[in-house]
Amino acid sequence: MSTPIQLRRLVKAYGDIEVVHGIDLDIDPGEFTVFVGPSGCGKSTLLRMIAGLEPITGGDLLIDGERMNDVPAARRGIAMVFQSYALYPHMNVYQNLAFGLETAKAPKAEIQERVQRAAEILQIVPLLQRKPKQLSGGQRQRVAIGRAIVREPRIFLFDEPLSNLDAELRVQMRVEIAKLHNDLGNTMIYVTHDQVEAMTMADKIVVLRAGVIEQAGAPLELYNNPKNLFVAGFIGSPKMNFLTASDDGAGIKVAGNNVNLSRSVAGTATLGVRPEHITIAEGSGIKLADITVDLVENLGGQTVVYATTSDGQPLNIVLEGQRKVELGSTVGAYIDPARLHLFNAEGNAI
Amino acid sequence: MSDGPAKLTVVTGAPAPGRKRLTSILIHVALLSASVLMLYPLLWLLAASFRPENEIFTSASIIPSAWSIDAYIRGWNGLRTSFATFYLNSFIISGLSVAGNVIACSMAAFAFARLNFRFKNFWFAMMLMTLMLPYQVTLIPQYVLFRQLGWVNTFLPLVVPKFLAADGFFIFLMVQFFRGLPKELDEAAQMDGCSPWRIYWKIILPLSMPVLATAAIFTFIWTWDDFFGPLIYLSEMKSYTVMLGLRTFTDSTGESDYGGLFAMSVLSLVPIFLFFLFFQRLLIEGIATTGMKR
Repeated sequence: MSTPIQLRRLVKAYGDIEVVHGIDLDIDPGEFTVFVGPSGCGKSTLLRMIAGLEPITGGDLLIDGERMNDVPAARRGIAMVFQSYALYPHMNVYQNLAFGLETAKAPKAEIQERVQRAAEILQIVPLLQRKPKQLSGGQRQRVAIGRAIVREPRIFLFDEPLSNLDAELRVQMRVEIAKLHNDLGNTMIYVTHDQVEAMTMADKIVVLRAGVIEQAGAPLELYNNPKNLFVAGFIGSPKMNFLTASDDGAGIKVAGNNVNLSRSVAGTATLGVRPEHITIAEGSGIKLADITVDLVENLGGQTVVYATTSDGQPLNIVLEGQRKVELGSTVGAYIDPARLHLFNAEGNAI
Repeated sequence: MSDGPAKLTVVTGAPAPGRKRLTSILIHVALLSASVLMLYPLLWLLAASFRPENEIFTSASIIPSAWSIDAYIRGWNGLRTSFATFYLNSFIISGLSVAGNVIACSMAAFAFARLNFRFKNFWFAMMLMTLMLPYQVTLIPQYVLFRQLGWVNTFLPLVVPKFLAADGFFIFLMVQFFRGLPKELDEAAQMDGCSPWRIYWKIILPLSMPVLATAAIFTFIWTWDDFFGPLIYLSEMKSYTVMLGLRTFTDSTGESDYGGLFAMSVLSLVPIFLFFLFFQRLLIEGIATTGMKR
């Protein structure tokens, strides 16, 4: 049932303006792939090209090895869940679920059975006779997913499906979609601008910016080895700290402090440090810089410290547990050198 | 009516309840007199249809001295052809016009709002330009065309154009409405395997009841009330519409039966009233976007 997808030099242009610039990507059978990136990066356009809602300007889209560029949306074996849910307002939940099957002229008994099964999976059986306007946001979301399941597609596409839900429901639905993927085993592509959703759900994350892939890989691969500054800044929460560093031949210096690194760069570079990898306890790793504490947030499980280096660069630190940190005090920031990321002047990882 | 606001004003320290009541009475008297003034012609017509013939043009009162339904009986059968025939003709023409306009205009509007085809904007502009053409400009060429088709003195010239989406106003109205429907619904339907026809039929039309009802109401009123069109194309009395029938009462050949004319005029208003009453319910049912989360 799982289906591979391949994108080969996929291009999208509106008139003379190219918005997706030759995307190459392999999505393995049964993989949960998340397209992530800031708004306007082309992630939704890419998804809509795969869905068949947006004509492909150049390159090839292969589903199960078959070129799909000119195959109509309905015959690609794809179901899509829209951001706005797009439930048919004049039909009740049952009719919404059954509509695709009716269009395909499936026998009535089969429609009933499949709708019933999908409704059971999503626990919406009691809602079948209701109209969409009588449902809450979360229920509408379930119906929208149900409409996709009923068609038993090869591939599921999700276009920012959780962005209209409140925080609590979002977490709940996130877990449910992940479970659904485990149960069904279909290839799924999920578009979001929320990197937490990407990290928690994906087998593979594809980070997009301005119509090109910045990096694609497993979530932890992207977290541990970001290829460039953009990916490093986009993946991980809170955001990675970037410190300007220079190398005068005698080693890398940050805020006037010699960082004892075995690596070297020519001229200026950027040092990337994740807030959760920094400590203020002396003797753990190498010393990064002396910092002045500006603000402390006690979250209970974590303590977040907002600080500044001696040359005025901001540095955020996340400490495990409840820690007593004096406001305005100057402390040393330490880090395991293996967890430092170094980027050259072009922003690429060294 | 005045109790609620009076209670509220006590709290805010506004004028005393007595004065408030006086203002309210004055406003209502003014509004009622204005209504009566505007309704007077209609009430006079109604009264004229029930009063004795000799009193019609001599009394300005809207209360007849004596009530009688003679004018109705006389009017209904007073002409060579019964009014039943005129009504039937009017219903056939109006009914077909409503069906034609609703079906054809909505299809044309769907194409303009949702489909892509060559020179779409050009054709849309052309369609809008037909809105600005006065009926009289195209009348003679149309008449010549219909005569050559052999359609004169049939209902065809009055009905067939409606099935060809000739009414730019309704197309424009519907295009605007369709454009307001979320595009995602079309896309969801497309993913569900719908052809453009099925999207039109199963998604767009059911969600467009308000605009379809508007088109139906206005088409019905305009065709039912149309005097000029039938006058040009229908020459035999048995194919007359109600409006042409009414004119026949004041034929220059003999004495005019004004009582009959007014009685039938009153009756001619009934279908419009009922049609409006039935369809206006649909106007208010704005259910268009409630399935979307926005």
